[in-house]
Amino acid sequence: MSMATLGASRIGYETKTYFRSPDTLFFTFLFPFVMLAIFTAAFSAQGEVGPPGSQVSVGAYYLPGMIAAGILLTGVQNLAVDIAMEKSNGTLKRLGGTPLSPISYFLGKIGQVFVTGTLQAGLLILAGWLVLGIELPTEPEKWFTFGWVFVLGLVTCALVGIALSALPRSGKSATAVVIPMVLLLQFISGVYLQWNMLPSWLQDIASLFPLKWIAQGMRYVFLPEGWETLEQNGSWNLPGVAIALGIWLVVGLVLSRVTFRWIRRDA
Amino acid sequence: MTTNDAAVQVRDLRKTYGQKNAVDGVSFDIRPGETFALLGPNGAGKSTTIEILEGYRSRTGGEVSVLGTDPAKGGLDWKARLGIVLQSTGETGLVTVAEQLRHFAGFYQNPRDVDEVIAAVGLEPQAKTRIAKLSGGQQRRVDVALGIIGRPELLFLDEPTTGFDPEARRQFWQVIRGLKAEGTTILLTTHYLDEAAQLADRAGVIAGGRLVDIGGIDEIGGADARVPLVRWRDRDGVLREERTDEPGRVVASVVASLGSEPADLEVIRPSLEDIYLQLVRSVDAAAQPEEVLA
Repeated sequence: MSMATLGASRIGYETKTYFRSPDTLFFTFLFPFVMLAIFTAAFSAQGEVGPPGSQVSVGAYYLPGMIAAGILLTGVQNLAVDIAMEKSNGTLKRLGGTPLSPISYFLGKIGQVFVTGTLQAGLLILAGWLVLGIELPTEPEKWFTFGWVFVLGLVTCALVGIALSALPRSGKSATAVVIPMVLLLQFISGVYLQWNMLPSWLQDIASLFPLKWIAQGMRYVFLPEGWETLEQNGSWNLPGVAIALGIWLVVGLVLSRVTFRWIRRDA
Repeated sequence: MTTNDAAVQVRDLRKTYGQKNAVDGVSFDIRPGETFALLGPNGAGKSTTIEILEGYRSRTGGEVSVLGTDPAKGGLDWKARLGIVLQSTGETGLVTVAEQLRHFAGFYQNPRDVDEVIAAVGLEPQAKTRIAKLSGGQQRRVDVALGIIGRPELLFLDEPTTGFDPEARRQFWQVIRGLKAEGTTILLTTHYLDEAAQLADRAGVIAGGRLVDIGGIDEIGGADARVPLVRWRDRDGVLREERTDEPGRVVASVVASLGSEPADLEVIRPSLEDIYLQLVRSVDAAAQPEEVLA
């Protein structure tokens, strides 16, 4: 069996178990849908938002943020908690005693993130279009940007999640360690709170982490011209998005490589 | 002797945690096709030894060869020849028995047939049940099934039947006898001495990190430990016992001297368990002063 064949087999297995665990499914897959519904319902009375001439509905404003949040949850929260659990409940120990290569194992994890992340983003966009009546971009260039921000963001978040799984001391503490970080990041990165309402020092802090950049890229895709005036330096700064995510991808890759073990050695 | 003669070769194995010697100079060989039982109380160093052989733990000193390879350097090809049943597992079990076995079978070049393995461990009725919904004993049988699905040359069984009911244990023994007949080498640890007596060709007894005895199942403890014991109550109701190679003659003389049927008469041939307990106790007694500190 080649590593790739086994990786494909792992993707199927991981995706199946993902959809069979109700907690994970709710907190990493459905959460952005719930938040999109709540924010839209709560703030719709305020009418349209945005700079004059480029105003959109509240739902349209929140859609790109929720897609970005979905990428973060599916990558970071899902994998960090999942792998920490597998480490503590003996799943990894068992796999470590088989001829399964760690590369195939990670292909399975990252593949699962891609399958469920794509489904999640697709359903979010579909729900926005069908239920909330949000107008979707028609320019091919916007969808091209969506493609690379989505893929780069998802790979980066998956690798950061794998690296972060080394942090919790036990499976039980995994959610307590990971969820607050992820939640905090969503608040300061322009997902729940409107980005331009955050003070610039908080925007600067958020700029150190990947979520802000994913959300910025998604706002470029889904919001009309004129909104860039509300971004830092009044520009969408797509090269900045690529660079920031690229750096985090490398950081995540190196940390995953350095910290991963099938078992806690001699614990 | 060359390394290749033995399936497992352990020479002067040592493992130290801080000041404590968990394994302290253990040596033994397991021949190809042999079933070897490693016996000993909890904390004696059994699991540490077995996990070093499986490649999970590093060793502090000594030489180890498992199927001709140093486990500390064993790659995927080496792991493909092993079957490992760990002592405890607590996986989430979101897949069914058949799904799990089919998935793991895919890791190996020449796996056993999934349905045959499910039948062998007696889980046919549960094949389509999620593992999380099985009883503890049934989950343990899944562990055993996963250990043998890859058709291993060497199978590690670390307390495999904990939580089994007597019938399930006998069924499990049949599975192991089948593997033995196919030539699988087996390293077994167990707390059930009758299990070791049923399955193993040879046994080693570990206590306090040292191998205190090793030999054939019917040799361990020495010949003296196997001398039958005659036990009866005398006229005053006092329990008497006598070790003898001629229990029939002793019983006859007791009956003659009492002039009647002796109360509570027994002729006991020491079981492996009796012999084992005696061995472990004598080590405990000798090691007492040091052990108290640890």
